[in-house]
Amino acid sequence: MKIAVLLKRVPDLVEDLVVDASGKALDADEVKLTLNEFDDHALEEALLLKESVGASVAAIALEGEDVDKMLFTALAKGADQAIKVTGVAPVERNLQLARVFAKVVEEGGYDLLLTGVQATDDRDGQVGAMVAALLERPFVSVVTSVLPEGEGVKILKEYAGGVMAEFEVSLPSVLGIQAARQAPRYAPVSKVRQVQQDSTLETVDCGAAEGMPGMSVVVMTPPERGEGAQMLDSVEEVIEVLASKGVI
Amino acid sequence: MTQDILVVAEHLKGSFEDTTFELLAVARKVAAQTGGRIVVALIGGEPSMCSELGAAGKVVNVTGEAVVNFNPESHGAALDAVFEAVKPRMTMVGYTSMGMDLASTLAVKKEIPHAAFCVEVDVSGTINAVSQLYGGKMNVTSDLGEGPCIVSMLPGTASPDDGRVSGNPPVEQIEVPETDGKVRFSRLIEAESGDVDITAKEVLVAVGRGIGGKDDIEVAEELAEALDAAVAGSRPLIDAGWLPKSRQVGKSGLKVAPKVYIALGISGAPEHLEGMKSSGTIIAINTDKNAPIFAVAHYGLNEDLFDVCEELTEAINER
Repeated sequence: MKIAVLLKRVPDLVEDLVVDASGKALDADEVKLTLNEFDDHALEEALLLKESVGASVAAIALEGEDVDKMLFTALAKGADQAIKVTGVAPVERNLQLARVFAKVVEEGGYDLLLTGVQATDDRDGQVGAMVAALLERPFVSVVTSVLPEGEGVKILKEYAGGVMAEFEVSLPSVLGIQAARQAPRYAPVSKVRQVQQDSTLETVDCGAAEGMPGMSVVVMTPPERGEGAQMLDSVEEVIEVLASKGVI
Repeated sequence: MTQDILVVAEHLKGSFEDTTFELLAVARKVAAQTGGRIVVALIGGEPSMCSELGAAGKVVNVTGEAVVNFNPESHGAALDAVFEAVKPRMTMVGYTSMGMDLASTLAVKKEIPHAAFCVEVDVSGTINAVSQLYGGKMNVTSDLGEGPCIVSMLPGTASPDDGRVSGNPPVEQIEVPETDGKVRFSRLIEAESGDVDITAKEVLVAVGRGIGGKDDIEVAEELAEALDAAVAGSRPLIDAGWLPKSRQVGKSGLKVAPKVYIALGISGAPEHLEGMKSSGTIIAINTDKNAPIFAVAHYGLNEDLFDVCEELTEAINER
């Protein structure tokens, strides 16, 4: 089985987010990017599949700041191949990214594409779903387990309230991973450094993505708080609230 | 293109999910502005369910063996067929597990814009949709033009009661189109029941990523014990294996509404808020003063959760 994992970087929400002068986008100078946590789960699930059935795993990402380190980390965790996509104009929409991924993936001949179920900046929908539609492959999202089954895979999809559905999915297909069967593994810095010395990233040059149905940003603002929370100053005040609600 | 608003109904085991009525509530507001008709796509389901769809001017019921249970492939083909029959100006889908399998793929196939994470739609001019991005830290308004377009609405953004109207809308039945059968439904698996039913507790102490590590959950457990409460958690903690699935609050977990919900180190991503915002009193403790949780909490404390937990536990035990 030949697996590709699509990785995307998103703003780190631990940092404060600032809107730029245009009022329509985040201030790029203030944003710290980090791997989309769901993509990390997708990579983990791919590595678990590799360990159980001997699949090959390729990690694919668009070039950018710190992307080399992210891809070397994927190799250190056990991916067989890391591909950096270059030559693409700045991507503002997931649909652009999906078109790029679809092109790279189609040429690579992968059986199974895994990517995070969503990212916090998915304004125009999820990358995985779009790649699937562009390649006309089946797609299932909110997946929490992928196991080999016959010629395809057996997956679990999560609904609300913890109810799950089991499906069998033929290959080639695309899955949006909600959570891997185990927490994503950690690659020690020393190992990432070692990999960085011993291996190279492959690069694929990809042209611009065409065909975007119009969807411009009108404005970006932090949400209005409305009344919001009444801020307390001390633990004593929390005690008073709990007492007033009759729970202590 | 017609002026119709197509609402994709969602149901499981013969009952509509609240999302369906929330979408209808938003659709009614839009319809009042545009004069468009509301058409519901009921894919699978029983004809008797249509009596709950009084808000609709018409129901298109897709029937057939392939759509008895939700199947991303068959439901996708079914929605495509309904879309072609109705030619709606706007298609509304829940930003849910089922909706996420349908909306983005339909948008690509039809080459029309799609806004996800939506909390608001405005059609007074061109179609504008507000998406709640970056874990609820930014609202982004997109201009989707005149339509056709798709909006995926976050659950919990409208009151389902405003969309729940009984009636007998005209129903058109169509047969589900044939597919290649690449996705095959096997079975439903019920939620694991845990040692504690967090939906039945009067007080919940919920922990989020701010807790740091698995061993740190102990401080929350001590506080919960003092309050005769249970410990619940947000998704990252459950995914990390720090708490069992039965303790998860939010989109893919449980919906809770205790008398008091204490949120410790929970930032308040939309997926979490969906599961707890109906709680009687929400007390949020977080060092990030910009955390979205403070927008829905009734009370907030901008302090380190470990200090607060210890002090609280001690004070309560002394009472």
